[in-house]
Amino acid sequence: MTSSVAPPPRGFDVGRIRADFPILRRTVRGRPLVYLDNAATTQKPQAVIDAISRYYTEINANVHRGVHQLSELATEAFEEAREKVRRFFNAQDGRGIVFTRNATESINLVAHAFGSSRVGRGDEVLISAMEHHSNIVPWQMLCGRTGASLRVAPIDDRGELRLDELDRLISDRTKLVAVSHMSNALGTINPVEEIAGIARRRGARVLVDGSQAAYHMPVDVQALGCDFYAATGHKLYGPMGIGVLYASADAMEQMEPFLGGGDMISSVTFEKSTWNEPPHKFEAGTPDVAGAVGLGAALDYVTSIGLRAIASHEQELLEYATRALETMEGVRLIGTARRKASILSFVMDGVHPHDIGTVVDREGIAIRTGHHCAQPVMDRFGVPATARASIAMYNTRADIDALMAALSRVRQLFG
Amino acid sequence: MTDLSDLYQEVILDHNRRPRNFRTMQGPTHKAEGHNPLCGDRLSLFLDVEDGIVRDAAFQGTGCAISRASASLMTDTVKGLPLDEVRGIFERFHRMITTPPDQAVEDLGKLSVLAGVRQFPVRVKCASLAWHTLKAALESKQVVSTE
Repeated sequence: MTSSVAPPPRGFDVGRIRADFPILRRTVRGRPLVYLDNAATTQKPQAVIDAISRYYTEINANVHRGVHQLSELATEAFEEAREKVRRFFNAQDGRGIVFTRNATESINLVAHAFGSSRVGRGDEVLISAMEHHSNIVPWQMLCGRTGASLRVAPIDDRGELRLDELDRLISDRTKLVAVSHMSNALGTINPVEEIAGIARRRGARVLVDGSQAAYHMPVDVQALGCDFYAATGHKLYGPMGIGVLYASADAMEQMEPFLGGGDMISSVTFEKSTWNEPPHKFEAGTPDVAGAVGLGAALDYVTSIGLRAIASHEQELLEYATRALETMEGVRLIGTARRKASILSFVMDGVHPHDIGTVVDREGIAIRTGHHCAQPVMDRFGVPATARASIAMYNTRADIDALMAALSRVRQLFG
Repeated sequence: MTDLSDLYQEVILDHNRRPRNFRTMQGPTHKAEGHNPLCGDRLSLFLDVEDGIVRDAAFQGTGCAISRASASLMTDTVKGLPLDEVRGIFERFHRMITTPPDQAVEDLGKLSVLAGVRQFPVRVKCASLAWHTLKAALESKQVVSTE
């Protein structure tokens, strides 16, 4: 799906797409904005901005309460957004889609709702060495609470997961395998179907962190065979503050509530409370309805362009940029997996990534520099930090050319 | 419109390429570790203080051009100074890099090349890391973070 270079499909018009993103018309430091920090967050199309504005202008009321019309409309809009998420990830059932604040909260939800009751002393949680801190720390905390231990499957020099090691590390004590679908620091796409197959054979549940993957490739949670899939709205061209967790019906049954409060209960007395049905059981308190509506609009937008077309456009740009970076003297790419998307993580001899970031920023170019919330990945490759350019659907060869020109200036400045 | 050359002055580029006092020290009297989680900078600072005077200062670690140059210039500056003067320079340097860019600052000699950092607010911490580590070393704190 993303491993071969096909010409951008007919009908994929990057100029038209760019026109849908108002922020791309602004200048930064007197230059047209070149936005290459998409792995941190993507920009928002007008359709998303309008959907949020329309929600607050015409519909706003609290959901799942009240009989008045606005409350009904708001509930309808919220549940319609849930249905859009279900369809986007091809979940069996809307009951398997929980709205959260972001992927981090989705993962923490599983660590508490599933982990606290199903992972005990002597059990194991297995992660990979390329995880974002958000898919490391919740498991460390869970292990600290329960006396379970955390195991880590290593990666090779290209930044690919060592499946043989993963297979070896899974034991009958492994209760959960938590891996990213795509690495935010390296761009590696993990063979999640295969990992889920290995885990299932040993009776372990599988959580996939889809923060990076979900906006670069079609995701079908049933085909992947995972129990949990975590994603965040703001990387999917939607608003910040809304995330989703998919859980299979089977896994859902083993989950205790996460946060307690309104909406997640069926009845409350001072002696005892009973829980609402999923997904509401996991959605305590007033949710970000506008965020969900905005995410729904974003998914409509992405679907209208088509993830296969987006992937093919981005892949072509990634290969173009990779070739350009490889020919630049003193530049080393970190993360050269055979299956990867969007991400160009690199270091430059004699120049700290932070200095690269400052110099290219002067040209109106936004990239990320630092450890990318993946310090173990930096340690694995023996660098304190990298510079990272990341591609989204609205980027062009001109953006890459601008970056390369700015990097030449960095080279000049630092000798 | 600020210019990159305000930040990356020739003196800074030179100290980045050839940092002074970039070495470890046997048996320092004072030592501290500095860490800037934002950019992954790590810095070890060593001081040899005798009779209230800094006889030698050295540093090691990884960092951006600003933090390396700042550490290099700092170690050069404090060598030979009595401790009360070192503390005074810390205060004056700190004031210089935290004064808004549209206001005048005291001339601190060669340290003044770092005044340009004021126009790059996210980089102020890079310039101050070595100095906070120096302060920690003198106060005998072992690890300091600019976060």
